[in-house]
Amino acid sequence: MGAVEKPRDALPVTAGWEYASSLEGREIVSFEERYGLFIGGDHVTPRSRSWFTTVSPSTEEPLAEVAQAGPRDVALAVEAAQEAFERWSTWRPAERAKVLFRIARVLQERARELAVAESLDGGKPIKESRDVDLPLAAAHFFYYAGWADKLEYAFPGRRPRPLGVAAQIVPWNFPLLMLAWKIAPALACGNTVVLKPAETTPLTALLFADVCRQAEVPPGVVNIVTGDGSTGAHLVRADGIAKVAFTGSTEVGKAIQRELAGRDIPLTLELGGKAANIVFDDCALDQAVEGIVNGIYFNQGHVCCAGSRLLVQESIHDQLVRKLKRRMATLRVGDPLDKNTDVGAINSKAQLDRITELVQSGTDEGAELYQPPCRLPEKGWWFAPTVFTNVAQSHRIAQEEIFGPVLSVLTFRTPDEAVEKANNTMYGLSAGVWTEKGSRILWMADRLRSGVVWGNTFNRFDPASPFGGYKESGFGREGGRHGLEAYLRFE
Amino acid sequence: MSQALALPRTLELPGGGRLPRVGAVDAVALEARAGELAKRSIKRESKVFALELAIRMMDLTTLEGADTPGKVRAMSAKAVHPDPADPTVPPVAAVCVYPSLVPVARKALRGTTVKVASVATAFPSGQAPLDVKLADVRAAVEAGAHEIDMVIDRGAFLSGRIGHVYDEVVAVKEACRDAHLKVILETGELGTYDAVRRASLVAIAGGADFIKTSTGKVSPAATLPVTLCMLEVIRDVHDETGLVIGMKPAGGIRTAKQAIQYLCVLHETLGPEWLTPDLFRFGASSLLNDVLLQLRKQRTGIYRSPDEFTLD
Repeated sequence: MGAVEKPRDALPVTAGWEYASSLEGREIVSFEERYGLFIGGDHVTPRSRSWFTTVSPSTEEPLAEVAQAGPRDVALAVEAAQEAFERWSTWRPAERAKVLFRIARVLQERARELAVAESLDGGKPIKESRDVDLPLAAAHFFYYAGWADKLEYAFPGRRPRPLGVAAQIVPWNFPLLMLAWKIAPALACGNTVVLKPAETTPLTALLFADVCRQAEVPPGVVNIVTGDGSTGAHLVRADGIAKVAFTGSTEVGKAIQRELAGRDIPLTLELGGKAANIVFDDCALDQAVEGIVNGIYFNQGHVCCAGSRLLVQESIHDQLVRKLKRRMATLRVGDPLDKNTDVGAINSKAQLDRITELVQSGTDEGAELYQPPCRLPEKGWWFAPTVFTNVAQSHRIAQEEIFGPVLSVLTFRTPDEAVEKANNTMYGLSAGVWTEKGSRILWMADRLRSGVVWGNTFNRFDPASPFGGYKESGFGREGGRHGLEAYLRFE
Repeated sequence: MSQALALPRTLELPGGGRLPRVGAVDAVALEARAGELAKRSIKRESKVFALELAIRMMDLTTLEGADTPGKVRAMSAKAVHPDPADPTVPPVAAVCVYPSLVPVARKALRGTTVKVASVATAFPSGQAPLDVKLADVRAAVEAGAHEIDMVIDRGAFLSGRIGHVYDEVVAVKEACRDAHLKVILETGELGTYDAVRRASLVAIAGGADFIKTSTGKVSPAATLPVTLCMLEVIRDVHDETGLVIGMKPAGGIRTAKQAIQYLCVLHETLGPEWLTPDLFRFGASSLLNDVLLQLRKQRTGIYRSPDEFTLD
């Protein structure tokens, strides 16, 4: 009688199984050939008379020319913001809230366009810009719109007042989302801003200028100056600023702090990280694997809170690594505009060089490298998802922030050892704990020196939840009620 | 810790005698992963392949009190030639009927590749004494069923008598003789993915060739996350022991689009080796016509009227 034969000798069945390249249309975005600076509600030609080209990291194709703001331009932007502050800070808070609500609505209406622009200019997969960056950016404006007329309740009896002009510098990994994290609380509290987007990803900030116009943000309340690091330096040095908020590398963060020494300007820094993702042997293993993948390969690992150090309880190390490698083989690396793409392009040549150099150091120092077989596109900047096993705490790849799709696997034996190893770093931005035991998550969270601890998940963000670092990962908190405090003084 | 659960004997591993890990399932992350996989889109040529595969994997099912020989004969004819207008459309894997209708189905399918599967063990509740359940199985096998779809005793499982569930699966497996055994967990009654994982392991340890989600009589029946959960068990068992176990989601799968999502989950979880009717089946009654409709669309570029497809 015909029991079903189990061995699979026949049927070369799967020859046909391929995912379609399902491209998000890019017609929805039209970039101008050249963008000026957004100062006082107008696009203005830079006094510096200097421009640079921003390219798509996935194709190296030039997308637009962007102004390189010099000291004079920055000064003009700060003046415009100061002038606008006189009126904006005296608006009825509920009226300011309306403006923020409108921005949130316009972001939602233009979500697809902005998501495509973000993926084109930054290289991140469309499924992330579509499902993470844009919804969260809008959510931040909605959230802080709600606070605008409730500041007295947020800080009872402390008479909160706006600071003035906030100088804000954002990185290239989440260009629009970081812009939202900065601008939404600043505006809600009655400040005006001069924002400098990253050199390699200025386009969504420039499109945001148009969002401001649509949302009827008063001229001068939001100013955007583009340029390289020197523009950022001019902004930090500028007269008339009342606040500096920076997200980026620890090195630049330190330079900013030195620059501000002796000036009465409050500072928020959100810097690098080398997060430990700690996996206990009783966890839901397959879901932990998903969390590990999401922790380090999300946004090509260009995430300051990326779970770049995997600490695995030794008893499940082999099983976990086997599962992880198998899962990595199903990651799809390629065209960021393809909806099936999991890992996009590395943001710049410079970043690719840094990743390559650190990965080389890992191999040189004796760690064992694994990359799943995957075809990388010829044009553009790419790096295959990488995992290092046999990593020692003393290796550079266990200490330095790589900011790329590179995971270092270390082991521990007991919860105490896990805490000790997790904290043994100059950074302290985030950590993840995977266990079925709720009490252990809380026990770990008490002892981990990091601003965020995720339990059985990773890289989850919500506007209501404060985010920020310990140690060299910076200070100050963004998000939640805590995020308001950075943009207020108290009488 | 969760590993502490004593496992049925057959899962003790050759070499090393290491206890396999029962492990846990995180519901939030499992559902997120299933949701993510449901968003994959596949190429047009792959779609034709996937649709044909879905037909070849189908257990065309009728399990109603109103089933008659006439109904079963009609369904059997459809099983062999799902689309009379297009002879290239392959037959389904099996028809699935009650034990009393197995002879009718066997006769109607004589000389074809379509197998006859029969539910047994006091389907769908499983609330009968063991000897009644075994008699049910033997009767179906003697009547010619190639495959037996049994239900586990959820009452025993939920009251903690896991050994009892295991013993029943072992006994049914023995009663099946050469017939192929699919074990229905009725995941909609188990309450948690952890329970589904545990029940899957018990069924496999007891000798299941396939594990199956549902009877189709309880809501929710098959879902993508619960299927992913069970596929992960099958993967773990294969990793640990080399055993190759099949999977059958049943109930609630009504559209070709859903079927393709299941195949995506299967492909990403267990790989191309499992993309065969030997190791994956759809238990469905109304899925076939939608797959035929979509297949015709892929081949001709035109959506035909549902009336062009027979309702047997």
